Amino acid sequence: MSATTAMPASRLRRRIRRYGLAWAGGAIVLAWILVAIFAPWLAPYPPEAQEITARLEPPSAAHWLGTDILGRDVYSRLLHGSRVSLFAGFSVVIIGATIGTAVGILAAWLRGIGEEALMRFTDLVLCFPPIILALALAAALGIGTTNTIIAMLAVWWPKFARLARSLAIVQRSQEYVEAATVLGLPQRRILLRHVLPNTFGPIAVLCTLDLGIAILTFAGLSFLGLGVVPPTPEWGSMIAEGRELVEQWWVATFPGIAILSVVVGFNFMGDGLRDWLDPKAQSR
Amino acid sequence: MSTPVLDVRELVTVFHTDAGPVRAVDGVSFSVAKGETLGIVGESGSGKSVTAQSLMRLLDPPARIEGGQVLFEGRDVLSMSQRELTAWRGASAAMVFQDSLTGLNPVLRILRQVTEHVVAHGRMDKRAARRHGIDLLRRMGVASPERAAASFPHQFSGGMRQRVMIAMGMANDPTLLIADEPTTALDVTIQAQILDLLANLNESFGTAIVLISHDLGVIGTICKRIVVMYAGEVVEEGPTAAVLDDPRHPYAWALANAVPRLDAPVADRLPGIEGMPPDPLDMPKGCRFTPRCPWRISRCGDERPPLAEVAPGRKARCWVTADGRSLPPPSIPAHAKPPIPSTAEPLLVAQDLVKHFPLPKKSFFGHREVVHAVNGVSLHIMPGERLGIVGESGCGKSTLARLVTRLHAPDAGHIRFDGQDIATLSGEELRLLRPRLQMVFQDPYASLNPRMRIGDILAEPLLVHGRVKNAAEARERVGGLLDMVGLNKAWGERFPHEFSGGQRQRISIARALALEPALIVADEPVSALDVNVQAQVLNLMLDLCERMGLSYLFIAHDLAVVRAFCDRVAVMYLGRIVEEAPAAELFAHPSHPYTVSLLSAVPEPGRQRIVLSGEPPSTLRLPQGCAFQARCPVARPICAEPPPLTEIAPGHRVLCHAPGSLKPLQGSP
Repeated sequence: MSATTAMPASRLRRRIRRYGLAWAGGAIVLAWILVAIFAPWLAPYPPEAQEITARLEPPSAAHWLGTDILGRDVYSRLLHGSRVSLFAGFSVVIIGATIGTAVGILAAWLRGIGEEALMRFTDLVLCFPPIILALALAAALGIGTTNTIIAMLAVWWPKFARLARSLAIVQRSQEYVEAATVLGLPQRRILLRHVLPNTFGPIAVLCTLDLGIAILTFAGLSFLGLGVVPPTPEWGSMIAEGRELVEQWWVATFPGIAILSVVVGFNFMGDGLRDWLDPKAQSR
Repeated sequence: MSTPVLDVRELVTVFHTDAGPVRAVDGVSFSVAKGETLGIVGESGSGKSVTAQSLMRLLDPPARIEGGQVLFEGRDVLSMSQRELTAWRGASAAMVFQDSLTGLNPVLRILRQVTEHVVAHGRMDKRAARRHGIDLLRRMGVASPERAAASFPHQFSGGMRQRVMIAMGMANDPTLLIADEPTTALDVTIQAQILDLLANLNESFGTAIVLISHDLGVIGTICKRIVVMYAGEVVEEGPTAAVLDDPRHPYAWALANAVPRLDAPVADRLPGIEGMPPDPLDMPKGCRFTPRCPWRISRCGDERPPLAEVAPGRKARCWVTADGRSLPPPSIPAHAKPPIPSTAEPLLVAQDLVKHFPLPKKSFFGHREVVHAVNGVSLHIMPGERLGIVGESGCGKSTLARLVTRLHAPDAGHIRFDGQDIATLSGEELRLLRPRLQMVFQDPYASLNPRMRIGDILAEPLLVHGRVKNAAEARERVGGLLDMVGLNKAWGERFPHEFSGGQRQRISIARALALEPALIVADEPVSALDVNVQAQVLNLMLDLCERMGLSYLFIAHDLAVVRAFCDRVAVMYLGRIVEEAPAAELFAHPSHPYTVSLLSAVPEPGRQRIVLSGEPPSTLRLPQGCAFQARCPVARPICAEPPPLTEIAPGHRVLCHAPGSLKPLQGSP
């Protein structure tokens, strides 16, 4: 309706200022995703190639970030490690959000006994400290990326269930849902076509903020020796390998910086997304 | 002439939005003399609230006052320092807001809030301030002010909170009180109490009042002079009665005539002016009302008219009436309503409907409290009939609407629709019946799914119920529906947020019509709309009713709107129908004391009001006997027993021991 054809430069500047950090976070995340995809082409050495003669070398022109205790190139392992970390993070959050949202919306719709049963079960899972529970489950299931992801999923979905239920309860009493009922639309359709799409915004924000935490948690489990099977490069296990090497600081520091940058990137992005979806922020 | 209390000259307030600067207030001038009452009227977006906030310097960026002068008793408000401003606001000028819930601090006791700035300005010590505060509350008509002073805002009803807000404003005996839509969120009987209070303050203390409202009736009851705003400008100014009777600007004409009035003929079209206010980013070059004006001349599109004197003491911004001419009176197109066949079976019969909502327990061992929303309502609707249900908030009218449409299941009672008992239907049987029984909702912003295109919203019921074979056929039907409710066929691609409130309500009506229903239950369909838009939507609903033989159950709190729309009216109080009659009969001979006082509470200029004391009792514990006895001006001992339902004229039933004992006051124009 308004004259949007000519967007003045001042408006563009205001947008960038308002969402500057979010853009920076998005750029970091995008960079890591590209790194994960193109790791084999970007890395100068294969991640598992050992060079016994060049153990624990400090950063140099040949090995930009130095080498570890087995003479493997830290830079190459770092790039390859992003694949496991991002894959684990995305899997946990996407599958966890799907399960949680389904449980939450179902609970909101069933009301009564069904709602109570689903939500009390959710509370039960939430009662346990998540890392400890994931640790115990991962230990029981055995070492390996898939098993660790499954263990994390078991503790990951409840917060999405809580959020989705509260969002769905708000939507349930909205007049457009009543209107859909009066029109004689089947319940399943109302749930899937009307309620569900209107809960997406806050769930997407939680997903984005959660990705960083999921990657951090996965790295933590790997650090404790549960995540990946040893030769596979992964940031958490790389830190674990370097934790006693005080002199050779580069072995643990660079994977740590990598984790930090991903977590910060996703957090900035999530904050920006939240502000953007907030109707109060939009009206200004 | 002495200096006016408030003198506003060429005030300009600009909002710097992402899309560009919006001149929300564009060269507004007016003045308020000592002890005068001035009303500012206009539809939403006309700049009336921004004007008030500019006067008090309450605006934050991106809004900026970019021009003009505001003189308060000769002092320039716009150049005051922050300190001067704080002192001035508390002591000489005060403001009362629309939303009394957010206007009060929820964690502070009432007394503290009322006396805060008296103490802050060091005028009184704490003990004197306490006496002063309680005295103020008493003057504002707060019942048992000592107890109220120690309460928190959430323990009060909306009307009481508004009294507290006014008490806060009056704490330092200001010379000027600005009230921004002070009664909009209140019921009519409570509104009448507040308006009386304001008029009283003006008379007894000589406080000058600037009253801002979208409701001409409200302004007319209090204000001697009126300023009409449109698209950020003053378009007309003059004595209230003169502007209402003989408006000289076409927009004022539309406002004055679009309001449904109690003395207008029943079920008639309301004269309204089509169209919408201009886009504030792209104002017309000439007169801003030109695109909508039925009397426009060639000059209007090119030159902006000045606010010129058109008669002694009256100004208007219009080329057409610049020479002192009047605008023609509204001509209402004649139409014949097909008579309702009297032998027909009723379309819907509800008998003794009851609905109670249990509240969550306060403690584990506490007993469960119950909201008695609907307590035995019987009604019937004939084919082609429009039945209106009127009542204040909390009387159970919205619950009744949801019982009839079976969004709720009644706890007791029967509903026969089209010869079928639907009170106990559920699941698939109920779903297949739904197309015949549709509903239009109150809130045009919440009743459309924000994530669906208009075309999909309208096509969905058609496809689900198999009324069309494929998407192409659905698209064609959607085009027809949009056309029928006066919208552009091509707008199916748009999302709800691209439409105004009135347009959305038209979409809601189109959605209800898609399945060709026999009965439409409309729950306050126009209460969220500006008067002019309200007139357009009501006219549309009347047209559709006559063209398609629809029946309506029309729910409203506004008696005048019901009178303009319905054949028959039922008045609800505390979950019961207390009076029911054909519309003309009910408005001519109201017999239940509640109906009489409700009618008299409708704000219209010159009307004498019976002001009910108190507020509706809680629905948690129903009173024994007559539900109205606690507020009834003519209650007598027998009212402690349940009143009988008496038929005092054909079709006119009253639930009262002494129908007709409270006579309407004479004195309406």
